[in-house]
Amino acid sequence: MGFDERNAPGGGWPRPVIPRIGARLSYALHPFLATNPVYRRVGAWLERRQRTYRWFTRAERVAKEQLYGCRMCGQCALPDTGYTCPMTCPKQLRNGPCGGVSASGRCEVHPDLVCVWVTAIERAQGGGHGADLDLLQRPVDHRAWDRSSWVNYWQGRDDGLGVAPGPDDPRPLLRRELGLSPR
Amino acid sequence: MSAEPAGGGLRAAFAAGRFAVTAEIGPPRGADAEAVTRKAELLRGWVDAANVTDNQGANARMSSLAGSLLAQRAGVEPVMQLTCRDRNRLALQSDLLAAGALGIPNVLLLTGDHPRFGDHPEAKPVFDLDGVQLVWTARTLRDDGVLISGRAVSPRPAWSIGTVENPFAPPLGFRARRLAKKVAAGAEFVQTQYVFDFDIFERWMADLRDLGVTERCKIIAGVGPIRSLRALEYMRTSVPGVHVPDHVDRRLRGVPADRVAEEGIQMCVETVQRLATIPDVAGVHLMALGYEHGVPDILRRAGVPRPPTALSDHNRHHSMEGIGHAR
Repeated sequence: MGFDERNAPGGGWPRPVIPRIGARLSYALHPFLATNPVYRRVGAWLERRQRTYRWFTRAERVAKEQLYGCRMCGQCALPDTGYTCPMTCPKQLRNGPCGGVSASGRCEVHPDLVCVWVTAIERAQGGGHGADLDLLQRPVDHRAWDRSSWVNYWQGRDDGLGVAPGPDDPRPLLRRELGLSPR
Repeated sequence: MSAEPAGGGLRAAFAAGRFAVTAEIGPPRGADAEAVTRKAELLRGWVDAANVTDNQGANARMSSLAGSLLAQRAGVEPVMQLTCRDRNRLALQSDLLAAGALGIPNVLLLTGDHPRFGDHPEAKPVFDLDGVQLVWTARTLRDDGVLISGRAVSPRPAWSIGTVENPFAPPLGFRARRLAKKVAAGAEFVQTQYVFDFDIFERWMADLRDLGVTERCKIIAGVGPIRSLRALEYMRTSVPGVHVPDHVDRRLRGVPADRVAEEGIQMCVETVQRLATIPDVAGVHLMALGYEHGVPDILRRAGVPRPPTALSDHNRHHSMEGIGHAR
C-alpha cells in the first residue's frame, strides 16, 4: 500500500516552475497590463458578462500557465517576485524561501527541481527589483482561485496585497518598520 | 495567568542581557502526560525556557499546546511552537488565543516541514498562511487586538513572538533580509538552525547588524550534539536545511568508534562557548533530541551559568492553580 508521489509527477503538490520568459522582458511588458481607467472599465464590463469573462479568464490562464506555470490563484504576485510564481512552491510561500532549501538550491519537497524562490530572488535582483522582495505579501484570499487576476487587479482588489499593513504608508514594510532601505 | 518569573524565563533573560538558554521538549506519540513531565524535570533549573515542538518532522504527536501546559505545570517555561503545515488561519488564531488564555509566555511561529517527510505523507499540506504571515497575524492579534478578519479580540494575548531562520540555506545573501521581514512583521526573538559553520553564521550576523535587525530581535543560535556516526549521516541527508560542513565530518570520523559520542558532545560545548563570544548572540537553543539528560552537562562544561531563579517552587504552585481544575 502507499503511493509514491515521485512516480506521479502529474498529481499531488505544486512543483516549482522556471518561467519560460525572461524577467527583464516581463518587467518591460508590465506597462501594457498596468491598471488604467480604460482597463478598469473593461474589467467591470467583463464581470457583467459571464461568458466573455470565462473566455477572457481562459486566455489569461493559457498565457500565464505557459509562461510562468500559473495556477490561477487570482491574486497575482508575479510583479513582486521577479515574475516567478510563488504558488508553484509546494508550500505556496508568498514571502520568501523556507529553511529547507538544499545546499545546491533545490526544493526540499522536489529535490530534482530548483527552489522557486531561489529563481525568484535571482530574477528580481537581476532585473533591478530586489526591493520588491521586502514587501509583506498578505495571506491569499482563497475565494479568488480560478478568477481572472488581471480583472481583479484592474478593479483594485490587489491593492495592499504586497505592501505594509497600514493604509497610511504604502512603502515596503521593511523601510517603514525598520527605517532602512534594503541593499 | 502565571506570574512573570522573577529572574528566570526568556523575557527576563533578554531584559537583563543575560545569555539565554532554551532547549526542546518533543511531545510523545501517545496520550502520555508523564513523558512531557519527565523531560521537563530534566531541564528544570537549567534552561530559561523549552520549546514544545508541533508535530515535529511532520510526525503526529501530542499537540504543542497540551505539551506546553504540561511543561509549565512541571516548572519549565514553555515556548509553544506553531506551524502553518497543519492548520488554516482559523485554527492558527484559535490556538494563539488559547495560548494567551492559558498564560503560555512565548510562541514560536514557523512555516513547518512538509508532510512528505513525516509519518503521514499522504496528508493534506495546509500552508494557508506562511511563516511571515503567521508572525504578522500574531503581532496584530496581540498589539492591535484584531483577527485577520478585522474583528476585535478582548482581552488580548500577551505572549512574546519568536520565529526561526536558517542562515545556512540558499540563497545565503537573502537570509538576513528574510529575517528582517519577519522582524518587521513582529518577531521579537529568533532561533536558528544548527550552527556548525561559523563562517556563514558570522556573515549572516554581520548582515543582520547592517540591516538593524539585531536591535529589534534577539538572536538565539541553534546547537546540538551529534553523538554517533549514524546521527551524523541522518543530519547530513535526512533533515531538511541542516548544513554539516566537512570539518565536522572529519572530526567525528577521526576518533575511535567508542569516542564519537564524547567528541560530539565536546564539539557542542565548544560551539556554545564560541557563540557566547559573538556580539549580539543573545543565547543558545540546545536541540538535544533524546539526550535531554545531557543538557546540564553540556551547559556546565560550556560554563553557561544557570538561570538565577528559574521558576521557583512558589511560582510553580502559583501557575498550577489556574489550570489545576483541568486534571
